[in-house]
Amino acid sequence: MSFLEIKNLSKKIGNNEVLKNISIELEKGGFLVLVGPSGCGKSTLLNAIAGLMPLTSGEIVLDGQVINDLHPSKRDIAMVFQSYALYPNMTVEENIGFALEMRGVDKSERGELIRNVAKTLQIEHLLSRRPSQLSGGQRQRVAMGRALVRQPRVFLFDEPLSNLDAKLRVEMRAEIKSLHHNTDATIIYVTHDQIEAMTLATKIVVLKDGAIQQVGTPAEIYNHPANLFVADFMGSPAMNMLKGKAVSSNGTRQISIFDGTVRVPMPSSVTTQLADGREVILGLRPEGITDEGLVDPTADAIAKVDADVRLVEPTGSDTFVTATLQGSSFTGRVRADVPIAPRERFTFVFNLDKAVVFDPATNQRLT
Amino acid sequence: MSAAAETVSAGSARTARIVIYSLLVLLALVYLLPLYVMLTTSFKSLAEIRGGDMLALPRDPSWEAWTKAWGQACIGVTCEGIKGYFWNSIRMVVPAVLISTVLGALNGYVLTKWRFPGHKLVFGLMLFACFIPFQAVLIPMARVLGIFGLANSTTGLVFVHVVYGLGFTTLFFRNYYEAFPDELIKAAMIDGAGFFKIFWRILLPSSGPIIVVTIIYQFTNIWNDFLFGVSFSSGAESPMTVALNNLVSSSTGVKEYNVDMAAAVFAALPTLFVYIVAGRYFVRGLMAGAVKG
Amino acid sequence: MTTIEPVPIVTPERPRRSFTARLGTLLPKIVLAPSFAITLIFVYGFILWTVYLSFTRSRILPVYDLVGLDAYYRLWSQPNWYMAIKNLAIFGVLYISLCTAIGLFIAILMDQRIRAEGLLRPIFLYPMALSFVVTGTAWKWFLNPGLGLEKTMHNLGWESFKFDWLVNTDMAIYTIVIAGVWQASGFVMAMFLAGLRGIDGEIIKAAQIDGAPVFAIYRRIIIPMLRPVFLSAFIVLAHMAIKSYDLVIALTGGGPGNATELPSTFMYSYTFTRSQMAVGSASAVMMLMGITAIIVPYLYSELREKRS
Repeated sequence: MSFLEIKNLSKKIGNNEVLKNISIELEKGGFLVLVGPSGCGKSTLLNAIAGLMPLTSGEIVLDGQVINDLHPSKRDIAMVFQSYALYPNMTVEENIGFALEMRGVDKSERGELIRNVAKTLQIEHLLSRRPSQLSGGQRQRVAMGRALVRQPRVFLFDEPLSNLDAKLRVEMRAEIKSLHHNTDATIIYVTHDQIEAMTLATKIVVLKDGAIQQVGTPAEIYNHPANLFVADFMGSPAMNMLKGKAVSSNGTRQISIFDGTVRVPMPSSVTTQLADGREVILGLRPEGITDEGLVDPTADAIAKVDADVRLVEPTGSDTFVTATLQGSSFTGRVRADVPIAPRERFTFVFNLDKAVVFDPATNQRLT
Repeated sequence: MSAAAETVSAGSARTARIVIYSLLVLLALVYLLPLYVMLTTSFKSLAEIRGGDMLALPRDPSWEAWTKAWGQACIGVTCEGIKGYFWNSIRMVVPAVLISTVLGALNGYVLTKWRFPGHKLVFGLMLFACFIPFQAVLIPMARVLGIFGLANSTTGLVFVHVVYGLGFTTLFFRNYYEAFPDELIKAAMIDGAGFFKIFWRILLPSSGPIIVVTIIYQFTNIWNDFLFGVSFSSGAESPMTVALNNLVSSSTGVKEYNVDMAAAVFAALPTLFVYIVAGRYFVRGLMAGAVKG
Repeated sequence: MTTIEPVPIVTPERPRRSFTARLGTLLPKIVLAPSFAITLIFVYGFILWTVYLSFTRSRILPVYDLVGLDAYYRLWSQPNWYMAIKNLAIFGVLYISLCTAIGLFIAILMDQRIRAEGLLRPIFLYPMALSFVVTGTAWKWFLNPGLGLEKTMHNLGWESFKFDWLVNTDMAIYTIVIAGVWQASGFVMAMFLAGLRGIDGEIIKAAQIDGAPVFAIYRRIIIPMLRPVFLSAFIVLAHMAIKSYDLVIALTGGGPGNATELPSTFMYSYTFTRSQMAVGSASAVMMLMGITAIIVPYLYSELREKRS
């Protein structure tokens, strides 16, 4: 039985169903990331787990106990907020110790627990300051300290890094990850940033409009997105979506793309037989479209495509190239030192091992 | 923001500055004039007032009118000055301000952080109560105060001012707490703090400015009230403003303008003092009372 | 052959909501209830009571048998009431427009990077801290026909100067306008100044780069952007005008004769001194309707905008 189990959870606000029949399981020590665009219900779900908002229907079971009707403070959870929610009138020490104080932990014991946490987070020198005297990164640490000191059964993180600048965000991300490794804490983490989701999670839940789109490990979500939405949302630059048709010639299954001018082998992720002429969408991530020198030598199915280069975006390590053929455009990733310029014709190599196929009628992935 | 003329030539800019400053100084003098006249008159003798110039400084300044206004002037049938009425006002203002502020803070807390269906209607109804012409409640209030034996008593006036001040104090705290992050309340709930503990430990310590604003606003309004005072009290129980009006508009005996003015200054002193000491908060209160929502 | 392990059926325990938990959710409402009840009874209940009285024949004491619109007929056949309405119109229009105009004018002057702003601002605003009774007393003395402004002008050599508005039936209402504007225009100035300070400086810079002279910047860009302040000022001033009572009592006592009668003074004297409680109630209802017509749409729109 899972440590945390969410069963058929629904939430209506007025006539608006913001969470639709959500069911999720998480093992002890797991790191679950809820990801999705803003308004998808991920923060609502987190608030529901925290007990900050009543449910319309469904159950939340933590360690064998239904916690639906428990007050937030009785659920043995801790939460790190986007704004950090540090009490402005209290010092860092008082902030971290507040929950212990509310639980009647005596002062000397409190002091020791606070010092231990402060040491772990390297904020000992800040204990007597007030939140207004701290930098963004320091506030972030205090907010984590406040959660850690409780040693709760579950940690909830609500977009904790979104108020930090880019460099600090990467640093804190790594720190949260190592914290998870070192403490074996069970964590539920909300973010709209798909890179955070990929790097941190042991399990990702992709949400859209209050409904689960896919649950899986980061690799599953990235490599085998369940539908067009997940494919498009995860990964940057986004996955290329090319309109095509299933065809077969001499018994080999193929997809014709770019208005029938190019035929590529049917990706191995599709095992069922597709009727000839059936419309499909071929999904291929930019790293699956390269120059000839970067081709994966172990690839089974590749195809060469000549196309007109429109836009060249060097990132330093690689270069993203946008090209068009027959009116549809795609983005590929080539080596940084390949000479390439707009308005030229260039030969791209499509690695079909990495491709997935979607049904345009249902938006679901075809297998 | 300032659209000060930076594009025009130096010469005409200089002229413009002179005109602006002269206009402002002139206007300031006009605004100060009534206060100046009030003060100078209170230090003059009656003879000097009748014979002299209103704008002239007192030739022989004396505190005579002040002591008379405070302790001997005749108001109605008693001739004990305004001091009793001054204390009436103090005894009325202090409890009324404190009670309405405490209730307003709690109301604002509930209406922003513990919302329930219909909270908007509740607030709307309380807010509209700030604006009603009090003439529309005078008669019933007079009857009710009479029934409960509170007519013509300080307690009755305290009650009336609490009732009709609640809308304002609730508005102030609601708007202040509206901007207070909800996440702090959530964090405190998870930390195990209850309804009153969150209020006492989290919100109240951060409410200093709005408490000052509310107290000043309520103090000024209640001290300056005349309509409730004149409607629900009389004789020795009247507040300061009513007594001042009785003194000034009494038509018996010799009109002692210097005593009138001294009494008026006494009536104005507490609110002017608050204004001078905490003007910033005073203005904020006025603004908060003016710009709703 | 596989054996099927018996799957343990665990029915998770589900705690019943305790009494304290329910009390916890009710507590906020319990805290708010007294204030709300007070408001319902002493504001809305009392308003209904007053409305009821206006449909009776109450005189010195309330009586509770309904006689329909009798009191309203009598109210609207009183020359005094027409005087009050007319005076309110004059006072209201002048008070609102002068306060707004003077307030805006001073605010614009003050917005020209004035060095002594900290000194000047309190001077324009202090009248707002005074009681209307004090204001009335001060202006009554200042405008005193025998000893006040008139005499000062005579002393200065302007022998023919005559200023008797305070005792002049046709002009007395304007003295109330003067005192009222003196008291409230500084506050309107503060509102406008806050509005001016809230305008994004980059818009002004853009207009300057576009070549607009200062006057045009104010007329075409800044003043139109102050629209919400105009509205707030109008609401505040309009409801203060309708409620004005103390100032009239202290300055003119409603006289000379009934020359400065306003609905507020009318209501008070008919109810408490002339023993015409029903007519007084009817006039209070009219005042309430006037204010409601101004305030309710405003509050409604303000509260609606905040919905998001």
